[in-house]
Amino acid sequence: MTTPTAPLLADGCAVDAAPRGTLPVLKERGQREVFCGLTGIVWLHRKMQDAFFMVVGSRTCAHLVQSAAGVMIFAEPRFGTAILGDRDLAGLADANDELDKCVRQLLARRPDIETLFLVGSCPSEVIKLDLSRAAERLNAEFFPRVRILNYSGSGIETTFTQGEDTCLKSLVPHMPAAPADERSVLVVGTLADVVEDQFVRLFDAMGVGPVRFFPSRRSRDLPPIGPGTRLLLAQPFVNETVRALQARGATLLTAPYPLGVAGTTQWLAAAAAEWNVPAEHFKQVIQPAADRARKAIDRYRARLDGKTLFLLPDSQLEIPLARFLHQECGMRLVEVGTPYLDRLLVQAELALLPGDVQLSEGQHLDRQLDRVRAARPDLTLCGLGLANPLEAEGLRTKWSIELVFSPIQGFDQAGDLAELFARPLERAERLTV
Amino acid sequence: MQLTLWTYEGPPHVGAMRIATSMEGVHYVLHAPQGDTYADLLFTMIERRDRRPPVTYTTFQARDLGGDTAELVKTAVREAYERFSPQAMLVGESCTAELIQDQPGSLAQGMSLPVPIVPLELPAYSKKENWGASETFYHLVRALLLPSAPPAGTPRAPRDLSRRPRANLLGPTLLGFRCRDDVKEVARLLGELGVDVHVVAPLHATPDALRRIPEADFNVSLYPEISDTTARWLQKTFGMPIVKTVPIGIGATRDFIREVGTVAGLDVTPFLEREKLGTATMDASQSLLPWYSRSVDATYLTGKRVYIFGDATHVRCAARIAAEELGFTVVGIGTYSREFAKDIREVAARYGVEPLISDDYLDVEQAVGEAAPELVLGTQMERHIAKRLGIPCAVISTPIHVQDVPARYSPQMGFEGANVIFDTWVHPLMMGLEEHLLQMFREDFEFADGATPSHLHASPAKSEATPAPASVAVAEPVARPAPVRPSRELAPEVAEPSIEIPVIARPQVTTAVAPASAPAAAAVSATATVAAWSAGAEAELKKIPFFVRGKAKRNTEKYAAEHGLTEISVETLYDAKAHFGR
Ligand code: SF4
Ligand code: SF4
Repeated sequence: MTTPTAPLLADGCAVDAAPRGTLPVLKERGQREVFCGLTGIVWLHRKMQDAFFMVVGSRTCAHLVQSAAGVMIFAEPRFGTAILGDRDLAGLADANDELDKCVRQLLARRPDIETLFLVGSCPSEVIKLDLSRAAERLNAEFFPRVRILNYSGSGIETTFTQGEDTCLKSLVPHMPAAPADERSVLVVGTLADVVEDQFVRLFDAMGVGPVRFFPSRRSRDLPPIGPGTRLLLAQPFVNETVRALQARGATLLTAPYPLGVAGTTQWLAAAAAEWNVPAEHFKQVIQPAADRARKAIDRYRARLDGKTLFLLPDSQLEIPLARFLHQECGMRLVEVGTPYLDRLLVQAELALLPGDVQLSEGQHLDRQLDRVRAARPDLTLCGLGLANPLEAEGLRTKWSIELVFSPIQGFDQAGDLAELFARPLERAERLTV
Repeated sequence: MQLTLWTYEGPPHVGAMRIATSMEGVHYVLHAPQGDTYADLLFTMIERRDRRPPVTYTTFQARDLGGDTAELVKTAVREAYERFSPQAMLVGESCTAELIQDQPGSLAQGMSLPVPIVPLELPAYSKKENWGASETFYHLVRALLLPSAPPAGTPRAPRDLSRRPRANLLGPTLLGFRCRDDVKEVARLLGELGVDVHVVAPLHATPDALRRIPEADFNVSLYPEISDTTARWLQKTFGMPIVKTVPIGIGATRDFIREVGTVAGLDVTPFLEREKLGTATMDASQSLLPWYSRSVDATYLTGKRVYIFGDATHVRCAARIAAEELGFTVVGIGTYSREFAKDIREVAARYGVEPLISDDYLDVEQAVGEAAPELVLGTQMERHIAKRLGIPCAVISTPIHVQDVPARYSPQMGFEGANVIFDTWVHPLMMGLEEHLLQMFREDFEFADGATPSHLHASPAKSEATPAPASVAVAEPVARPAPVRPSRELAPEVAEPSIEIPVIARPQVTTAVAPASAPAAAAVSATATVAAWSAGAEAELKKIPFFVRGKAKRNTEKYAAEHGLTEISVETLYDAKAHFGR
């Protein structure tokens, strides 16, 4: 299990008053309405332009990725599924031979692919099809033309955005070693290219660098890693990757996530402090963008201020989002749900949440929806399966998945982020039907 | 193991969800991991349902596997029963749970709940969505009706003549193609014929409604993929006759009326006589399709090459409409419904084409490219294929996307359905005189290759990078899996320019890859065996409008090959044109 949670109670929920800091956490267990880690393929295959993601799974897995990808139908997608059939399960066909055949077929057709990820699913894991051995075997045949890696995106092991974590982790052993005396920043977690470029400009102006990003736009250009590497996390779901990078000598810089002015400022400041950037200079560099961001947020603040917000557990972005929407937009937090809570990754965020916030971890969907109905929040952050049904109950909603796909980090996106939450409320005001 | 890029059908438990979600008073407990909850969004986003599907997932995790996953099933069943008070419950598993063999159906049956529990065993590694829907519907109907089944061989009591004949409409579901409106249209038509609709199922039916099915005189199997098994069981068990004609298209609607007349013992001749078959007048039919099709402006539709792919029912009906009611030429036909492959083979034989029975999207794309049609009738997959090939397309079958669930009334069945079909199929094609102007003045810059019908402002702009029919058509049939897929494999991925209503927003993490102009050139070089084109002939070829250029090119090359020519001149081009006709 890659979810670093304490063992949950057998059934139902309980308030965990254990030494978890000051905030009590409602831990729940029951139906979870959240995608599995395969979903990460939907954005990872766009980010890494030379990589192909081959799920080894069932028709369900193929259907999930396709449905989650929605309308993003490209000339030929850089993802696919090797669908297990009866023959593979009955042992009539050696599943390993079949897998090799699928890989050969694919690589013959796609000479442009430089990295192939074999992505494990629930079925492949339950039948114990060993994808790491398959990757080894296939590397002997295809490396160096193609590097073949494997990771788990299965729903029994991973929750939604955790698929990015397991994917990135599989790349860590292949990152070149950085010279021991080189100090560098490694930003971990997918960011939109435009956001990366903005951050690079700010870091350059401060004299912080070199700054590299992981994942990189080409999976072949893996950033080097070593004891001089300082990790700045762009996304709150890269736990395992961080631990693997730490094992290669990197140091984690603790900071909130770069959402909103405060988040982005502290995030940049964490790196600036490492590089001993004088406070005055730091301020000078970020001032124009930070002022711009405040102005942009202000436009939506009136609409969000004092409104109540319920965040259902989905993308792991819930805690940083709640912090931003509370601190900078004045929203009142009813409940902040998260699929799992890893204190290492959110400690700086938790410190910024109001003391009376209700955190919940895990999910018992029907009970949680009961709480949503009882609270009737002004806005609910939830997955696509729940949005329309909640709207039909007279509640306004925001799709959480959009936040994983949209550029929302950094100063120049802070206004856009506030706008994403203000829009459903504005829309409700406009409509008379 | 089969490498799949896009699938036409989901797994069989999604079919079961379609039955449960279509109905009222039914709850489905699905033993499945968390990711399988994605299926909810098919209903809440594509169908824009205002309620969650009545489905409880056990969402077991890896750490549960060593322990008691069976207990999870029982908890889920108990909680779902208490919370939703269903009249009947379906209990089954998805692909992963099938492997751990908890037998959730039997577990639930052992809980002695006071409602019918229908266990579902839907083999996820060999069967698919429509089969799953069909089986689920059948098992549910059977579980509810078996207690009231007469002893085998009991003859059916004759209809009480003091009331109108009654029909059940079987098969419509959510995520089907235009089921909501088809039901309305068929009910209206039956009403005019003097037949009452008794039960519609599964759409909006309750378990109690299913128990009333035998009170009707016959069943209409509207969507055989879903309803065939159930209708046949009802025929065998309750002696209920089946009306099998699916009334999509004018001819099929007339046949349907005739069949209803026979089965219900009604004289439908007066009704049919109002339909003046073969008459070129505005009131020739309740539908405007016959007159519009005979109207002179429709002459340009003559012989339009059409490729048809989808589920078996819609494909079969579409082929008949295309050939007999619109005067198209069917150049290719296929289905992903393997269960109904025989039907499609028969239809294909009638039109003299090779049927394609496949659920491999790449096969379909290749077949469409090779057939070089001027119109594609397909599913949302073919919409994308057609867009890439620059060919007009209309969607006629599932799988669907959100834009295939229109707000306006738009049935496919009956006379109104024929109107809708005329509009939706003809609209994407070039308008008559406009097409002439294109032929006459093809060097006008506004008529350049990128030109789309002036009334189709939203059509995607074509660039050289978009493989046009021309570049596809040169690819001679190649055996799969062959590395030669010239038009596509070297093409960079080109994001579609138009964003349809997104189920999920497009990721903005990368900028779109700029199109390159490799494919056309690559396509030409890939066919080494064809005669070389002289510069003059190539220039002449370019003057032919893009939508027929593929065919012209292919015909010319075929002609050259047949006549042993090594070089194609302008003369060859026109010789071939004379040889093959338009
Ligand atoms: S939850 Fe498991 S079986 Fe379902 S789609 Fe995800 S990996 Fe496949
Ligand atoms: S060219 Fe213009 S006026 Fe003529 S038929 Fe076409 S749309 Fe109508």
